[in-house]
Amino acid sequence: MILTEEQRMVRDMSRAFARDNITPNARDWEAAGEIPQSVLADMGALGLMGMTVDPIWDGAGADYVSYALALMEIAAGDGALSTIMSVTNAPVAAAIEQLGTEAQKDRFLKPLARGEMIGAFCLTEPQAGSDASMLKTKAERTNSGWVLNGTKQFITSGRIGGVAIVFAVTDPSAGKKGISAFLVPTDTPGYTVASVEHKLGQKASDTCQIILEDAAIDQDLILGGEGQGYRIALANLETGRIGIAAQAVGMARAAFDYALAYAKEREAFGKPIAEHQAVGFRLADMATRLEAAEALVLKAAAKKDRGEPCLKEASMAKLFASEAAEWICSAAIQTLGGYGYLADYPVEKIYRDVKVCQIYEGTSDIQKLVILRDLMAAS
Amino acid sequence: MTTLTEDQRAIRDMADAFTADRITPFAAEWDEAKTWPADVARAAGELGFGSIYVGEDHGGCGLTRVESALVFEALAYGCPSTSAMLSIHNMATWMIDRFGADDVRARLVPRLATLEAMASYCLTEPGAGSDAASLKTRAVRDGDHYVLNGAKAFISGGGVSDVYVVMARTSDDGARGITCFAVEKGTPGLSFGAEEKKLGWHSQPTAAVMFDDCRVPAANRIGDEGQGFKIAMQGLDGGRLNIAACSLGGARRALDEAVVYTKDRRQFGKAIADFQNTQFRLADMATALEASRLMLYSAAEKVTAKAADASAAAAMAKRFVTDTAFDVTNQALQLFGGYGYLMDYPIERILRDLRVHQILEGTNEIMRVVIARELLKD
Repeated sequence: MILTEEQRMVRDMSRAFARDNITPNARDWEAAGEIPQSVLADMGALGLMGMTVDPIWDGAGADYVSYALALMEIAAGDGALSTIMSVTNAPVAAAIEQLGTEAQKDRFLKPLARGEMIGAFCLTEPQAGSDASMLKTKAERTNSGWVLNGTKQFITSGRIGGVAIVFAVTDPSAGKKGISAFLVPTDTPGYTVASVEHKLGQKASDTCQIILEDAAIDQDLILGGEGQGYRIALANLETGRIGIAAQAVGMARAAFDYALAYAKEREAFGKPIAEHQAVGFRLADMATRLEAAEALVLKAAAKKDRGEPCLKEASMAKLFASEAAEWICSAAIQTLGGYGYLADYPVEKIYRDVKVCQIYEGTSDIQKLVILRDLMAAS
Repeated sequence: MTTLTEDQRAIRDMADAFTADRITPFAAEWDEAKTWPADVARAAGELGFGSIYVGEDHGGCGLTRVESALVFEALAYGCPSTSAMLSIHNMATWMIDRFGADDVRARLVPRLATLEAMASYCLTEPGAGSDAASLKTRAVRDGDHYVLNGAKAFISGGGVSDVYVVMARTSDDGARGITCFAVEKGTPGLSFGAEEKKLGWHSQPTAAVMFDDCRVPAANRIGDEGQGFKIAMQGLDGGRLNIAACSLGGARRALDEAVVYTKDRRQFGKAIADFQNTQFRLADMATALEASRLMLYSAAEKVTAKAADASAAAAMAKRFVTDTAFDVTNQALQLFGGYGYLMDYPIERILRDLRVHQILEGTNEIMRVVIARELLKD
């Protein structure tokens, strides 16, 4: 795909930012388990936290191809940071821009787009992962608004987030149509971070279990009206998946670049290992899969930019890119041999970080389900 | 071989019971705190797990490579990292016992056999990984001693072990210029680098081992001058089987955990084990592990019998079993979904531990070199 001038500028700007401000610090952030607020604010100032948001709401007004390109670059610097960026942009900011009231946009969308506030998306529950229709969190009406009770699982930025879009059942008899979405400020009494999970990778991004216990919010914090929750969740699947796919491509590219440079440098049996066919051919395979993954991501993003439905393309991009990325990162470790297993080199971290791309925003199996559904409907 | 003997079954059952009692409940702790469980290693030594295929003269068990595979698979079910460290100890101890002179055997093997002392294997150097014969650590004869200078990298047990089985260069004659030594901890000039930070294998320390005018008694030479590379490679034939067994144990645990989880976890109105995609995946995982196990036993018999193609068989088993086991574990992680990514479940730990089995004891690329050499030889 030939990029426009503007898309190239976004990519180059993001690449420079990642090179100068992210890559050198990623290991320290991983050890600390968090990313400095100033970095998120700097990204906000560059327009990276509300990329597709209209400039009237302090967004960058960029297209989805630019968004995917930027995510690739940030992810090449640090996977965890790209996840924070991805969740804040879409679904959170995107959903508020689509369905929020003026007041909601003023209160939440603007600070999100400026990088002053981070967004969390509370859909998954302990018993409702791939099957989102099993939600148990409840929202009940009170005189002044709503009171929420339930447990949310695997919530990115549940601790650092300023606002959480929480999905809850408002009408148990209405099935999927009985689910509503709420904008819950995370300083609401009753919103509690029950635990910050210990996980394989992406340790600089907090993944939380959130407990909502009699969390009372005002009437005007419902997003898009009662019963709109399931539609909101579905409407943002496309961009969410394009985002994860782009992150996977970015992380894999960073691992590939490192492995390629290493293979040219490291000598064994009297020549650089890249000149041994087993290593060289593997590098060729890595580059080819990376190229294919990137093309799928950009195709889905371009379709989104044209306003066409692209759930199948987004799912294909997410499935292929996350599987390819894990393979590429594993191959990068293998290229570095014993050094690849050490924390002194970046590839073991990238491998741990990229692994979850096969899981979050719908596991690879769920992507296959979506693709299959589309195939069956078309025939 | 299709059926285990009664003795083999008894050994496996003993190792399973030891694992359930002393390893499985604690492995996550060792991983997180990065602690080497020395007391558990000594307890394993009391059961003979420090010298499974070491001869009986100086306290070894005198069993075959098949029993060794059974034990390491069992131990790795609880903790691949701990099992692998013990497997390397077995390999190094066997090298001293098999190729050392009577004196050095009598001095070192009894305590190693019982795991009162630990042994490490020192071949790799910073600049000599897959191309091991290009190693540069030098040993120069000086009276009753050899003076060693150089550095070894990625040494499992570096700093913790009591005996280091070191391959060093005594002449410039390529692979034929390498000699094997048993260097005891406390020898002047022997020092250790900082503990490496790594993706997995957290229960065992990995460190560089340095020699700075390190004076090793000539009596500690293992085998003749120039035999070192051959000794190192023979050690690795067994080491490769052991590492494959460690992969197998880890993957079997991951599969067992996935079976329990998928029967329990419900989505879309039924247990995820009721979806065909899950069932077929589990079926493929179990089949791949069974094929791996049989291949490993077959190679173990060939190494025990010193068959002509023993090295190629060990390389095939190491390559196939470690790749398969990693893939099975990765699939188990996928079946766990988001929970598989969390440290609350053992899968991500096993995945991190098993990844390095595709790299050490000869990378899986080097396994292909060994196999191809056997196929193409005149």
